[in-house]
This record gives sequence, structure tokens and C-alpha cells, in this order.
Amino acid sequence: MKKIYAFESKCLGCGLCEVYCRTSHSKSKDVIKAHKQEDITSAIVIEEILQPGTVSYFAVQCRHCKSPKCIKACISGAMYKDEKGLVRNDKEKCVSCLSCVLVCPFGAIKESNDGKAISKCDLCIDYGTSLCVENCPNDAIKLLDEDDAEALK
Amino acid sequence: MSLNLSTPAFEIIRNGGKCILCQVCVKQCANNVHSYDAEDETISSDDSKCVNCHRCVSLCPTRALIIKKYPLEFRENANWTGAAIKEIYKQAQTGGILLSSMGNPKSFPIYWDKMLINASQVTNPSIDPLREPMETKVMIGRKPDKLEFDAKGELVTKMPPQVELSVPIMFSAMSYGSISRNAHESLARAATELGICYNTGEGGLNKDFYKYGNNTIVQVASGRFGVHKEYLNIGAAIEIKIGQGAKPGIGGHLPGRKVGADVSATRMIPVGSDAISPAPHHDIYSIEDLRQLIFSLKEVTDYKKPVLVKIAAVHNTAAIASGIVRAGADAIVVDGFRGGTGAAPTRVRDNVGIPIELALAAIDQRLREEGIRNQVSLIIAGSIRNSADIVKAVALGADAVYIGSAAVIAMGCHMCHSCSTGKCNWGIATQEPELVKRLNPDIMHRRLVNLISAWSHEIKEMLGGMGINAIDSLRGNRLMLRGVDLNEKELEILGIKYAGE
Repeated sequence: MKKIYAFESKCLGCGLCEVYCRTSHSKSKDVIKAHKQEDITSAIVIEEILQPGTVSYFAVQCRHCKSPKCIKACISGAMYKDEKGLVRNDKEKCVSCLSCVLVCPFGAIKESNDGKAISKCDLCIDYGTSLCVENCPNDAIKLLDEDDAEALK
Repeated sequence: MSLNLSTPAFEIIRNGGKCILCQVCVKQCANNVHSYDAEDETISSDDSKCVNCHRCVSLCPTRALIIKKYPLEFRENANWTGAAIKEIYKQAQTGGILLSSMGNPKSFPIYWDKMLINASQVTNPSIDPLREPMETKVMIGRKPDKLEFDAKGELVTKMPPQVELSVPIMFSAMSYGSISRNAHESLARAATELGICYNTGEGGLNKDFYKYGNNTIVQVASGRFGVHKEYLNIGAAIEIKIGQGAKPGIGGHLPGRKVGADVSATRMIPVGSDAISPAPHHDIYSIEDLRQLIFSLKEVTDYKKPVLVKIAAVHNTAAIASGIVRAGADAIVVDGFRGGTGAAPTRVRDNVGIPIELALAAIDQRLREEGIRNQVSLIIAGSIRNSADIVKAVALGADAVYIGSAAVIAMGCHMCHSCSTGKCNWGIATQEPELVKRLNPDIMHRRLVNLISAWSHEIKEMLGGMGINAIDSLRGNRLMLRGVDLNEKELEILGIKYAGE
């Protein structure tokens, strides 16, 4: 299964991935409306890493682990692995207990701004294409098979 | 002095209806133009810091930003223009010489645009490059006066060293230091993929780039930074830089803040020290001295590498070129007054040197008259903007051209003329790690390859139109050019006829 990989050496910290993540998960799918009329939590977050003399950035998003702790911890059965291996959250079942947020070793799951569920990367499966990958101006985010990603690291 | 008469050059217009406060502009501006006020949830922009590099405009996901010329006017005056007044304000404030980047922006004639290319009609057939072979390969180097063959038809004449270029285009000298490591890597990778050459500039060559050596021209300039035996032997050719079109007669100065550990190691100077290239080579005061340097370099490379000599186009260029040929150079590089730079004194950039078109025509003519044109390749530089400029240059007598400004524009340069600040938002003319990162060599080398491939197709189309199937057959073929809007003297120097003649 292809997953989203972020490469720190290329990331500029511009935050466009966050903008397009919100757009992809909005009702309107329009950049301006998604931000002006809706309150969406981006599933990808740019973290600043302070280093001596400079700052570098790293995009944090779901790794779709082989044996995901978030699924084990989920009390309502909302977290599940789909047939492709994608870790997803069923908003209907989610009770916002935030157990998944607590156990995720990568900090890749966030509480939704609306407080009704959590926000995590689903590769924009409903949108069709992964918008953060398409719109990264420096090719720092890529949709890759695990082996290809390891080769690039 | 608190009184400051300078006013902004640009005005930033933000469309509130489109702005989603994503702060991409805030994060991407190295000049700190945009700032976010978390309390008011607004973004404000300081016009006075803006250099109009379009980084924010290009990355804004909603196209909410427009940058315009600042609308403040001075009283209209054809002599004392706003620009002239502002320069005086600046110098009265600082007491320093004015510095500028990139090439001469003044409205001097652009002779490329006053020359038109011929095409075949009826009496000779044009050639379709998509159906028939078309040769754009050129060989840079000294050519023998005659070729001799033995009874079997094998070449007996010993050929001087040559550099093969798949198209008559090379990337100009831009040093690692003046441009970023990633920009340097992009040029090197693109040149290698294209089968052309890039030039190290006066900054030495980082060992990581030795693998691109066959497509590298290593430069030896007045500061001799990073010059050693291995460096001279790793390249395809050696270029002695005497002058630069943007600042003839002037040396160079890379400020110490751009000399980090990597640049320091490459240039062989201490970290943080200013890299000052003197105006002259202190061992060259005559053509005879130049000959000594040329042959020192040939000696150290076992006579296997062509030696190029680069000069700025100045008043007596043709005579100087003749001297350079006689000094033993394998190629002459002439850089016109519109050639770019990371930094030059404004007055020098805008007032010194001559147009490359006239210099090229004069040199080619003089070398032919003296019967020594075959002894050198003639390479020109100084604002080649497109493939038609190249076709015209070849018809005027050039073997190949260097492109610098066009190459950096392909990598994202927006000609904001702020290279000397070291805060290039596009990651080109900077050494700051977080800015250098913005230039991804994987993307940018591809864009350079695309540009040269596109130009190569266009050159073939224009050659075919003239009924010519090899770029060598166009060289010095001035009958393929006609002039418009030129006076008798200009036509005479260019050696071309007026349109209709």
C-alpha cells in the first residue's frame, strides 16, 4: 500500500499541505470556503525543529502502522484497518474519547476542532488524490510504497 | 539621522475576500514583509521591505496577493526621474556606492530584436526537423589550419583538445558561494543530462560535484579561489576569467557571511572571511603574461584540456580578442554589458561595456580578416533570452553561447535584483540553509533540462526553415540576417544588410 511520506530535507515549513488537507476534508472542496466557512482540523501538521543556527520542519501525519496502537486503544470500534491496510476512523462510531490521540506514538492523531471526532490522514481517499502531495511546492511530500520510501531516506 | 527620505518601491495589495490567513506568505518571506497579528487575526504587510520577488504571490493558495509599483509620484520631470532622485536620497543617507544585481536594465538598444532571420521559399527547400536529421552538436576548441590523412584515409593531423556540446549552449559561470549548493547541483546535473557544460565560476569545485567533471568548465579567476591541480584536471575545460560583462574592470567580493564551512572548504579560505577577487590578475599585465598563464594551465593538464579566456565586451574588444588568440587560447568568451551578476556597483553595471551583438560581430570579422578565426571557438554571453537570440548569435559568428540569467530564471528567479542581500527567497543566491532548501535540485534540474530541450527544438525549427541541417553551416552566415531600425554604421559593424536589400 502506498503511504504519504514527508521528507524533512525538502520541507520548507510553508504549511500549504495543511491548507490543502483542510480543503480536501471540507464539504465545499474549495480553498476559500473551506477556510472561511468551515472549521476543519488538518490531519497533517508541520512541526518546527529548532537546530543550532537554523530551523527545520517536519510534516507529521499518520504512518498507517502494521499493528496500530490506536485501533487497540479505541473503545468504540471506530478505528479500523480497511481492506487496503489504511487506518481509518468511522466518525459515526467515534465517541471522541481521545484514547487514540493518547497512544499514537507519532502524535499523528488530533482532536477535531468541532470536538465530535478525531482528525487523521486518510490519504484523501474520498477526494480521489492526496492533495498535500499534489500541492507541495518542493516535492517534500510523496505518496510512495514502503520500499521506495526507504530508498529515498 | 532619523530623517529617512526613502519610500517603498512596491505596494502589496491583499484581497481580504480571498485571504484565508493561512500565513504561507508570512512563513515564506525572508524579508519579513508579512506578519500575522494573532490578537486581531489579521495579516499586515510592510511595503518598504518588499523586493517584489513574487515568492508569496506564487505560493499563495488563493491568489490573494498582488504586488504593484508603489503609486507615489514625484513631479513629472524627464531629466530628474523618480529613480534618479531616490538614488541620491539613498547615497545621501548611507554615503556608500550603490550596489545592484543582475544585468544592465537601462533602455539601450537590444540588437537581437533589430535583426531578423531568413527562411527558404520556393527556390530552395526548407527542412522539417521532425522528419530529417538535424545536427546541433558543436565542438569547442582550436581547429587546425588543415587536416592531413594517410593513404588509408586515417587522420594524421593531431587534433587539439575539444569539448563536445550537444547544443551550442552552456550555463554561465556562477560560483558556489554566489549561488547556493542546490542551485549549483541543479546546473551540474542538467548539464550532464543534456551533454553540455556548466561553469564553476570563481568558487572552486566541491568534491561532491567531481562526478559531473566531464560537463564542468573550471574557472581560474583573479582570486584563484579553490584552484589546485586536481580541480584543473577534473573539468572538461579551463576558463581564465579576465572580465565580466556586468562589471568590466571590477573584481568581485563575496561577503564573509556567505562563507560557511562548505564554501570555505571549496574556496580554500577561512570560514567567515571575505572572498575578494582583485580587479586584475596580478600576474597578467600583457598578452605575453596571459600566454604564460594559458600555458601553465595547459602544462598542468598535460595539454588535454582546452583553455578558454573570458573577457567583458569593451571598446577595443576585437583587438584584445586577436591578442588572446595569439596568446594561445582555445576559445574566447565575450560577455556583453547586459550580463548578470550577484552584485556590481550600479554605475559600473549601467554604464560600462558595450552590447554583445556589436562586440561579437566585430571580433568575428577581425579574426577572419587576420586569418586566425579557426584557431579559436568564440563563445558569447550577456543576456541571451531565447533560442532566436542564439540562432542570431551563431549567424553573427558565435560557436556557442553561455546563459546565466535565463538559467536562474528557469530555476525560479524573478529578477528582483536583490541577490546581494543573500536573502534570495527562491533559494538561488543565498547560503542560508532554510532558504537553500527551497530549491529542490530534483525539480530544478528537470526545469533546466526542459528549457534547453525546448530551445534545442526551436533552434532546429529555425535552421530547418532556412534550409540548413547543421548548426555549423549557419556559423558566420550573416546573409541569413537582415537588419531593421538600424543606421548605416550599425549595419556595417554587424556586417548585415538592411531588410529588403
